[in-house]
Amino acid sequence: MLAGLQRGARERAVWRRAGLTTNYAVAFAVKAVDVDVVAVYPITPQTTIVEKIAEFIHGGELRAELIHVESEHSALSAAVGAAATGARTFTATSSQGLELMHEVLHIASGLRLPIVMAVPTRALSAPISIHNDYSDIMNARDAGWAILIASTAQEAYDTVIQAYRIAEHPDVQLPVMVAYDGYLMSHTLEPVELYREEHVREFVPRRGRRNVLDVRSPITLGAFATPDNYYEFKYQQEAALRNVEGVLREVEADFAARFGASYGPLEAYRLEDADYALVTYGGAATGNARVAVDMARERGIRVGLLRIRLYRPFPSAPIITALAGVKAFAVIDRAIAYGSPAPGPLYKDVAAALYMEGLTVPGISVVHGIGQRAMYVEDFYGVIKMLAEGASTDKVLFLGLRE
Amino acid sequence: MTYRTIRDLPREELFAPGHSMCAGCGAAIAMRWLTKVAGRNTIIVNATGCVEVTTTQFPHTAWRVPYLHVAFENAAAAASGVEAALRVLASKGLRAPSGEKVVVVAGDGGTYDIGLQSLSGMLERGHKVLYVLYDNEAYMNTGIQRSGSTPKYAWTTTTPVGPHIKGKVQWKKDIMGIVLAHRVVYAATASIAYVVDLANKARKALDYSEEGPTFLHVLAPCVPGWRYPENKTVEVARLAVETGYFPLYEWERGAFRLNPPSNTHMDKSRRRPLKEFLRLQGRFTHLTDQEIAEIEAELDTYWNHLAKLVQAYGQ
Ligand SMILES: Cc1ncc(C[n+]2csc(CCOP(=O)(O)OP(=O)(O)O)c2C)c(N)n1
Ligand code: SF4
Ligand SMILES: [Mg+2]
Repeated sequence: MLAGLQRGARERAVWRRAGLTTNYAVAFAVKAVDVDVVAVYPITPQTTIVEKIAEFIHGGELRAELIHVESEHSALSAAVGAAATGARTFTATSSQGLELMHEVLHIASGLRLPIVMAVPTRALSAPISIHNDYSDIMNARDAGWAILIASTAQEAYDTVIQAYRIAEHPDVQLPVMVAYDGYLMSHTLEPVELYREEHVREFVPRRGRRNVLDVRSPITLGAFATPDNYYEFKYQQEAALRNVEGVLREVEADFAARFGASYGPLEAYRLEDADYALVTYGGAATGNARVAVDMARERGIRVGLLRIRLYRPFPSAPIITALAGVKAFAVIDRAIAYGSPAPGPLYKDVAAALYMEGLTVPGISVVHGIGQRAMYVEDFYGVIKMLAEGASTDKVLFLGLRE
Repeated sequence: MTYRTIRDLPREELFAPGHSMCAGCGAAIAMRWLTKVAGRNTIIVNATGCVEVTTTQFPHTAWRVPYLHVAFENAAAAASGVEAALRVLASKGLRAPSGEKVVVVAGDGGTYDIGLQSLSGMLERGHKVLYVLYDNEAYMNTGIQRSGSTPKYAWTTTTPVGPHIKGKVQWKKDIMGIVLAHRVVYAATASIAYVVDLANKARKALDYSEEGPTFLHVLAPCVPGWRYPENKTVEVARLAVETGYFPLYEWERGAFRLNPPSNTHMDKSRRRPLKEFLRLQGRFTHLTDQEIAEIEAELDTYWNHLAKLVQAYGQ
């Protein structure tokens, strides 16, 4: 019944079906939400987003100011200025660009500005690599931004639209990053259903904020805080970020009613009766893991997959629920947390969440896809077999590494 | 509008007292006059530095106009975003236009050095912003370290006076030359000792900012950084001009003009001896006569350069 209703809503909301790269899908989302200011600096694999947005603006399809900044540091700084002036603001970057922005990431969240940024993820120098992994986003994970990681072009489109509702929500008022696989998604064509823009704009209405520069009621933004006050600012910021999970659910319920789609903070696949679980994020790893799960299931191994979509704030409760019943799990990370207790950044989060709940489910920290090293279904299947055989005492696996 | 005397300036104080700038701070004086001229219809974007730290200590603020501080090196970029947002929001009917002026306030470190890139970007893109550089010739907020603006031989904490090397090794950077290379419509130097000149330049720069970016380079002496008694700020600032150390001039639509009293200083005999400016300041007490002569020679070269500008672009 609900599914039927949602299908009806979707049919009314869809404007057209197109073959789009995820980058272009993101640009269409930016246009649909009627962004006012865009400040972006070119970097592979982000660049085609800003190229598409420039086409929209120069073609008269989007009324926005495109600020051709001279660096990513200035891109986010200009976005901060624009958002502080009350504009709906967008930026995007990858890799070195996100590193260059790092200082301003914390300022954007500290000033509680609802900027949305797309991050087609990419490996970090040195050696320089233009190819994919998630090192860039993982370095930005504790900067006070909400982080959502999409796994399809459609999801990225939907998520950018939802991101504005979340960022501008009065209980949140924080910037949001929407990440996805650079190249593997950013430059890969997928079918995408684009919505009628009036429907999108109804879903993301303009709402006033108090932290806006206005000569009619002057405020000081970016004040200097002594030890007497600094902590309270930062605690409030943390509390607001923690509101995101609930707000996401609320926003997604409305999104589902209007557009017939929802994703949740995480996506479980064949997990209900699973003895083992793979945990991962993004497009390619999820796709491969899903096929590997199906293969294993055919061979009688009860394994499921958990895809983390909301990465910050970390949705500990549903992750614990999903993993509490399994005998063992493996987290497939596409970044290295150098020198950490485990090399996988997500693994550390999952392990901490389980530990805090008093659970000691055995887990393996798997690293793969570094610098876009090809990830094969067999690699993932091999991990499942290791879990099922319980033979391995390895807690850490660097997969795909040449001998 | 032209201000003829200080009495023509608005009485309203938009830079409130109670901030924690040092007694005798030249930058504080600059802020007071600047905000008077700019008026309530102004948004300030401030770079990290003395002015920012001393005027915005939560829960207090010295700013009676909207104020944004983002970081040290990006005030020009943040102001670009503010200005772009004002324009597009007005054109989309999302914000009632009120013709606000966007004014950057940044120190020499935030301008000559770490902020040079974002300044250049803002100037090149043509944002309608007035950029005010308050130049106290060092990183004062962090405790008097050398910047690209610090003059040669000056003592700072990172250019100490030792038996091996005495003070700063390099010359002061020509920031106005860099700004003018961007072909801005209006740029001027000013001094807190010449208030009416400063106010008129601020007025012009604000008016011209309707066409594109404008720039004001204000020399703002610093009591602890230059090491002079706190009641001597205006005197030091005046001597900087009278000795020809800091000439007052303006670029207006491609025309170059020296302003009084600097307009008489092409004739070197009309300048007071440089020593009078130097000897008031502890940062220069170690200078030998030979080093002073070297600084004088460099100043003469600079004045020759200005003479060429007058020849080529003077009215
Ligand atoms: C990226 C970064 N580097 C260094 C600093 C430390 N810092 C803060 S203010 C400042 C000096 C500011 O100098 P200037 O721009 O000349 O302003 P003043 O303090 O002299 O008024 C420095 C080095 C910083 N805040 N940010
Ligand atoms: S250190 Fe210098 S610039 Fe800073 S407040 Fe004191 S006098 Fe002003
Ligand atoms: Mg300084």
